[in-house]
Amino acid sequence: MEAFIQCTNCKKTLFRVEFEQNFFVCPHCGSHHRLSARKRIEMTFDPGSFEEKDLELRSSNPLHFPEYADKLESAEAKTGLYDSVVSGFARIEARPVCAAVADFGFMGGSMGSVAGEKICRTLERAAHGGIPAVIFAASGGARMQEGLLSLMQMAKTTAACARCREAGAPFICVFTDPTMAGVLASYASVADIILAEPKALVGFAGARVSKQAQVSKVPDGFQTAEYLHEHGMIDKVVPRREMRQTLGTLVKVLTMRRQS
Amino acid sequence: MAKSWREWEKPLIELEEGIVKLKAIWANERDQAKKSELGKSIEEYEARRDNYINVMYSRLGPWEKVLVARADKRPYTLDYISAIFTDFVELEGDRRFGADHAIVGGPALLDGAACMIIGHQKGRNIQERQFRNFGMAKPEGYRKAIRLMDMADRFELPVISFIDTPAADPGVESESRGISEAIAASMMRMFELSVPTISIVIGEGGSGGAIGIATSNVVLMQEHSVYSVIPPEGCAAILWRSPDKAPQAAAALRLTATSAQELGLIDEILKEPRGGAHRDPLEAAGIVKEAIVRYLAELSPMSKEERKRARYDKFRAMGIYGKA
Repeated sequence: MEAFIQCTNCKKTLFRVEFEQNFFVCPHCGSHHRLSARKRIEMTFDPGSFEEKDLELRSSNPLHFPEYADKLESAEAKTGLYDSVVSGFARIEARPVCAAVADFGFMGGSMGSVAGEKICRTLERAAHGGIPAVIFAASGGARMQEGLLSLMQMAKTTAACARCREAGAPFICVFTDPTMAGVLASYASVADIILAEPKALVGFAGARVSKQAQVSKVPDGFQTAEYLHEHGMIDKVVPRREMRQTLGTLVKVLTMRRQS
Repeated sequence: MAKSWREWEKPLIELEEGIVKLKAIWANERDQAKKSELGKSIEEYEARRDNYINVMYSRLGPWEKVLVARADKRPYTLDYISAIFTDFVELEGDRRFGADHAIVGGPALLDGAACMIIGHQKGRNIQERQFRNFGMAKPEGYRKAIRLMDMADRFELPVISFIDTPAADPGVESESRGISEAIAASMMRMFELSVPTISIVIGEGGSGGAIGIATSNVVLMQEHSVYSVIPPEGCAAILWRSPDKAPQAAAALRLTATSAQELGLIDEILKEPRGGAHRDPLEAAGIVKEAIVRYLAELSPMSKEERKRARYDKFRAMGIYGKA
């Protein structure tokens, strides 16, 4: 591993160890670099508290979609994951949560049958146990290689959110870079509390779609976490170094009534 | 690559125009021998027309289905409403920001029984298309849908939704007013309904814009409708950097009613009149109505809890994956 790297945003040279200790945030420009699911888990939850579930789930290629099998294989090799979401139990400041963390490195974090199933199970475990669900979204949207099956993951995950609500289990969703399209337009947007990382790309229509639809005159900062925050769609933009504490406080306060 | 359903209907339209002309000549013909001769050739041409329609429409590939689903002569939601229901009163506005004309809705009677209708609406000419925003709803459309669902639950009206949209509106104003949240909230509200819910894909089931009002107890698709996670043009642009490969993308996406049924994602395929719903909108509406009545009879005796649970279980089971 090289000792020095370059910030992809401001192009300044960074000392790797310093950069990693700074939560993978550039000390010069504040750019929040993308994190793997494993790194995010390590950084966010209590050390050693994460207990992975749903490990047996594997994406198949139900539509025999061109090149999909190869893409899955290379994504597995690249990330060491079996799909774009890692799910399980964790603790945050000693309080239990049902957690799911998306990994953009696995086919752009896209949501197919497996990712949808893991999100669903996470929310169902939260509803069942009456404990908060904390989900970190990072996705370009639905996984088109699974066709209509992936569109139905939007419905399925949203249904699980309804179940959480009924059970009185809080659901906190964190939008990380990027949170787009089918993921944003389903479970992510119906969370009780929505946090976002600074400058994360958040939006419904991807750049290609907007281009095809001839969307013109895009305002400054369009589709950033700050833009959506300004338009009332996000509770709080939280810098990465404060994320753990913010989540901890929310989890503590939202579950207090159950303990009294 | 065909760009419109009119391309293969062109010979058909010529044939039909010819038949109309022949019939006019036949009507004015005094000579009985010639008249019977003309009558025979009319029959012959009609048989050829029927044969052409049968062959053409039984052979439609996925891309051709996309074009038929988008056909501007195809009956739209308001056509089905006027053919199937009575006493429809359109209700407008989301009570928050504005009125959306790409989603219509309101209460109506179905054979004397009250229900709530929600559906996408497209336009046929340029003015109408602009007014309907090409069937692409903005957040206000989905928030109006939520309002109508709230009412349906309060007044115990089954919800019937008609799905026909290329996509939700992708523009800047929709984004700024939370199109994603509006779609997600609408899906969620639909899951919480205790009344029977039925959705029918009557044309284009375009991704998030479609599923936003399609999470029903029963989901039906017309024979020539399509339902897809992404438009084939968009899929081709991403995969092969070429929108011209849309026909290949349409095939890969398995967006036809037959595929949706094979994947276990819809309950039934509704037959269309010979040559598509646009050839006989009233017959098409009759088939849709029969199905609505039949499924309502199935859903009505269930308890509120049973309907909610059945809806949850139905969508919960969607997805195909392997296990280690």
